[in-house]
Amino acid sequence: MNTFVIETKHLDLFYDSFQALTDINLNIEEKKITALIGPSGCGKSTLLRVFNRMNDLIDGVRITGDVNVLGDNIFTPETDLIALRQKIGMVFQRPNPFPLSVYENIAFGLKIHRNQSKKEFTDIVKESLKSVILWDDLKDRLDNSALKLSLEQQQRLCIARVLTMKPQIILMDEPCSALDPIATLRIEELMQELKKNYTIVIVTHNMQQAARASDNTAFLYLGELVEYGETKHIYSSPKEKRTEDYLTGRFG
Amino acid sequence: MSIVIVALIFAFLLKEGLSIFWRVPISDFLFARNWYPISDPPQFGILPLIIGSILVTAGAGIISIPIGIASALFIAEIAPRKTKEVLKAGIELLAAIPSVVIGFIGMVTLGPFIKEIFNLSTGLTALSGSITLAFMAMPTIVSIAEDAITAVPRQYREAAIAMGATKWQTTWRIVAYAARPGMVAAVMLGIGRVIGETMAVMMVTGNAALIPHSILQPVRTLTATIAAEMGETVQGGEHYAALFAIGIVLFIITFLINGIADIYLHKAKK
Ligand SMILES: Nc1ncnc2c1ncn2[C@@H]1O[C@H](COP(=O)(O)OP(=O)(O)OP(=O)(O)O)[C@@H](O)[C@H]1O
Ligand SMILES: [Mg+2]
Repeated sequence: MNTFVIETKHLDLFYDSFQALTDINLNIEEKKITALIGPSGCGKSTLLRVFNRMNDLIDGVRITGDVNVLGDNIFTPETDLIALRQKIGMVFQRPNPFPLSVYENIAFGLKIHRNQSKKEFTDIVKESLKSVILWDDLKDRLDNSALKLSLEQQQRLCIARVLTMKPQIILMDEPCSALDPIATLRIEELMQELKKNYTIVIVTHNMQQAARASDNTAFLYLGELVEYGETKHIYSSPKEKRTEDYLTGRFG
Repeated sequence: MSIVIVALIFAFLLKEGLSIFWRVPISDFLFARNWYPISDPPQFGILPLIIGSILVTAGAGIISIPIGIASALFIAEIAPRKTKEVLKAGIELLAAIPSVVIGFIGMVTLGPFIKEIFNLSTGLTALSGSITLAFMAMPTIVSIAEDAITAVPRQYREAAIAMGATKWQTTWRIVAYAARPGMVAAVMLGIGRVIGETMAVMMVTGNAALIPHSILQPVRTLTATIAAEMGETVQGGEHYAALFAIGIVLFIITFLINGIADIYLHKAKK
């Protein structure tokens, strides 16, 4: 029996009167990598941003249906958004380190959430840089501006920044789209490593990436969840015509 | 083109003003304690005027910088759209009021008020000048700082919010920090306006060329001195040259301040 860390039931989402998501029922398995694929504008980012309620920042968004994250409905008046966003980290399409030093970037989450001593800070910063394989590269450059790093390093830094919060789920919205193919492969390797401890949901445009890196795949089309299942099944024998068309490159 | 004009102005100032230094050494001019240009013999020490300018400007800065930056943050980050538009229009309006008008209002309302609460013989003091000037620096500070804050990329805010930062933490730790160069430039330009300001200051500071011992005494600034006395001088005379020499001092100060503001604006653009 699998455990689900995110469950949506009859999820609809509207931007004002435009319906961007229609009746999404999706259960995300713990400590797996789930890929959200589909043509541009089908609602992948929108769906991802439902899970940590980042859509709250946009005026005119209306959501109906249920979304449970780690067992709790996240659309109740009592929902603690700060706690929710500590449990769910997010990595964005363009690496977006703060215009601060490497150290301050990583320590940001610690500073805003906890009252640990400086000593513990240093350890946690080190540990999280190690887990994204940046420590050896950057240990002598912790005071340098994060904006001076290569794009790949910046993206790793953004992942490390999220790890300091000890989240259970990491959402990634096309995390490799700004990177070259080699860097992309290395980030995928990192994801396999992270999977041991975290659940990952990744939006990608890159079908090879979804095939290589994910355990489960959800195919979205025009705001609907068309097909969802194990990646190898979806790729080898899609049940839906639309999935097959998309995977064989007939549109999108 | 504008550089040529500025250079010409500076050359003109030098031509008219430098002659004073044949009679009064530069160090005396800058640091002697008495400005009695029409006594016999005249004394041309601009120290009281420099102190007056510094006092009034510093006071204006202490008042306008925190309020201006806080308002900019509020307008850019917190205010709902409607409020924001109203506030921005208000700031523009404030910027459009001629400084004489602000000075006049300061003189007839602020002066008596300050006289009353501090129990002074006159309300026309350095403090009144500072408050009046703060009103003039504020629009500049708010609008330029607001631009700098708005220009902070949205991704920074998203990253912070997605990490569970509150609005306040995001605004303070990330947005304000990222907008720092622009905010420094805003402050410099605001203060630049204050230093160059003449009429309002003349009306509300009491216009006494004495070294003040507190912010509650009348003072006179460099600019006010030029404006007040130029009409009484003989062209080419000593007094006339001394006023031009004050102009040179002002020019250099303003030039430095704008230069610093420029450097920070460039940083902000990057
Ligand atoms: N803030 C918004 N206001 C109104 N409509 C929006 C907004 N954001 C997205 N949409 C619309 O919602 C639909 C889904 O957008 P979304 O960004 O989720 O797509 P996506 O699958 O992530 O696309 P891409 O692959 O291009 O990133 C699109 O039609 C888009 O135009
Ligand atoms: Mg997207």
